[in-house]
Amino acid sequence: MVKFIVRKLLIMALTVFLISLAVFFIITLPPGDFLTNYIGRLLAAGEQVNPAEIEALRAAYALDQPFFVQFWRWFSNIILRGDFGYSFSLSMPVTSVIKAYIVPTMALSIVTMLFTYLVSIPVGIYSAVHQYSFGDYAFTTICFLGQAVPNFLMAILLMFLAFKLTGDTMLGLFSPKFQNAPWSWERVLDLLKHCIIPVLVIGLNNTCGLIRTMRSQMLDELNKNYVMTGRAKGMKARAIRYKYCVRAAVNPIASSIGWSLVSIFTGTTITAIVLNLPSMGTVMYNALINQDMFLAGSWLFLMAIATVIGTFISDVLLAWLDPRARKEYLKG
Amino acid sequence: MEMKDKTKKTPVRKSQEKKSDKYYYASQWQLMGRKFRKHKLAMISAFVLMIFYLIAILGNFIAPQGTEQYDGKYVNCAPTPVHLFHEGKFVGPFVYGLKMERDPVTYMAHFAEDTEKICRLRFFTEGDEGGEYKWFGLIPSNIHLFKAEDGKVFLFGTDNMGRDLFSRVVLGAQISLFIPVAGMLMTLVLGLAIGSLAGYFGGWVDTVIQRIIEVVRSFPQVPLWMALSAAIPKTMKPAQVFMLMTVILSLVSWPGLARVVRSKFISVKKEDFIMAARISGAPADKLITRHMIPSFLSYIIVDMTMAIPGLIIGETTLSFLGLGLRSPATSWGVLLQETNKLETIMFYNWKLIPMIFVFLSVLAFNFMGDGLRDAADPYK
Repeated sequence: MVKFIVRKLLIMALTVFLISLAVFFIITLPPGDFLTNYIGRLLAAGEQVNPAEIEALRAAYALDQPFFVQFWRWFSNIILRGDFGYSFSLSMPVTSVIKAYIVPTMALSIVTMLFTYLVSIPVGIYSAVHQYSFGDYAFTTICFLGQAVPNFLMAILLMFLAFKLTGDTMLGLFSPKFQNAPWSWERVLDLLKHCIIPVLVIGLNNTCGLIRTMRSQMLDELNKNYVMTGRAKGMKARAIRYKYCVRAAVNPIASSIGWSLVSIFTGTTITAIVLNLPSMGTVMYNALINQDMFLAGSWLFLMAIATVIGTFISDVLLAWLDPRARKEYLKG
Repeated sequence: MEMKDKTKKTPVRKSQEKKSDKYYYASQWQLMGRKFRKHKLAMISAFVLMIFYLIAILGNFIAPQGTEQYDGKYVNCAPTPVHLFHEGKFVGPFVYGLKMERDPVTYMAHFAEDTEKICRLRFFTEGDEGGEYKWFGLIPSNIHLFKAEDGKVFLFGTDNMGRDLFSRVVLGAQISLFIPVAGMLMTLVLGLAIGSLAGYFGGWVDTVIQRIIEVVRSFPQVPLWMALSAAIPKTMKPAQVFMLMTVILSLVSWPGLARVVRSKFISVKKEDFIMAARISGAPADKLITRHMIPSFLSYIIVDMTMAIPGLIIGETTLSFLGLGLRSPATSWGVLLQETNKLETIMFYNWKLIPMIFVFLSVLAFNFMGDGLRDAADPYK
């Protein structure tokens, strides 16, 4: 197992390096370097540009050097000093931008994930046990529809519904009244109320997918011979179902936790933009629109790293939960 | 009991035998077609998609307005219903004239039907000035499917610049329905080429390609799309943006396909018929394109059909965020940009109409993919 983990970690390190190369390439894609754009914007705003300052910036980011030197400067800064560069549109270091937004983003993701699992596993089990019943068909239809509506449309629709029903659009994470208020019981309630739409929107796609997987896994298990044996020996159907079938069926779902977290984490991007949530998605979008490439690139980099870590966690979990998978991994 | 049944069934059996004879003579693709036709939902979806694509192809003719046309007089006009009867008398398809009214309380302007004025619909007539287009980019013409005689017909209402939403939905279909297909074809080419290289040669080629695939797959799809399309210069022509969007969509989605192709290759390499072809002296390129790819092509086609909805949503999302095509060029995502403001949905809810088309086409592709998946394995 240790050998397996170490090998995975080594591959991960290589992947991270290649990812950073790709990210840096994307950062430099827009025509003209970002400094020229920055100067242009300063001049357009009627501000003075200090040539010495510009020269210092140019040297600091090695802009007159070839691509790989620039890349190395950027990459080593991140790895050695945790410095992601400077956000020119927000006029602050990227690191502090990330610090300010990472907590709401993570909180939203984790709440969504809890919702996803709490809904999809019971519904999946129900659908499998009552296959072809009215409930099963209803959930299947909802799942198909849920996967056909793009996230942002769902957000708009729910926002509209919320306004029709309650007179409040539920934009942002807090009502204006509680925006800067100190933490109190009401503020927490307000926050939870504002979480409903984002959680529904972000979670829906994933939940639908997981329900389908859980259903088919459970159906597979229910048709296996050990169920028959158990029944023949006089076990109650219910006991077999929950003690054996569910445990076996839940394995692939549980091991996909790493991927799920990542897909939710990134799924927040679009939804956050539409619903105006203080998450990294909104920040990245604004950064892209303003061609503030260091900020956008850093976020892309972080998300890719999160995916790599998520995949790693999933692999290890699967190997830990499922002896068959473990054997296969150790062989290959 | 059994005896009786047997004697009764004899004539039926004969015809069944004939049927099954046909079954054994049919080629694999014929069997697939037969199985696909049995899947009702998939057939309906295929039919709906065919109509959508036909409308998109004939878009310039069906749409009363071109992409550049607008009418400042009719801003945010609600859909104008087409009537057949005027005061109980049959007139044929017509719309009433429009008059602007103001809400006595809020002073908000809106358009109401002027029941005095009847504007008959004319079909296959000369369009308004500025509605000129070229059939397939070659033959200039200004014939449009329908037009209201000295009046305006807005089937889906108008947007905040007085552009006919129906025209823009029809013309937007040209982008929203064709970018995903073009992107899919490009993904297919990339995925097949790279996947077969990795699967056929194995060794270090495989290792390198596997690493690249892993890197690309580590990027979350939507943010990567966003970052790449943000790099498209804003001054570019719509046709060029179209091309770039296609490239971007496929750049992000090929690794999934390449992985599938690779694993299929590895499993098919050990099959006897490949060995036979190799011993008969077939060169590598022929072995790949003639024997290996056709053996699993149907699965790949299913995979790609299932990938199209994702690409439709991708294009719509990017355009919605203003990172893809920009006005006056139109796609369903561009049209939905306006709905991002709450007051738009509250007062002008017809602007959500493009959403229905996104929804329907995604659903139709999903169901069609389902039918194809069942059909891909006709021997089951």
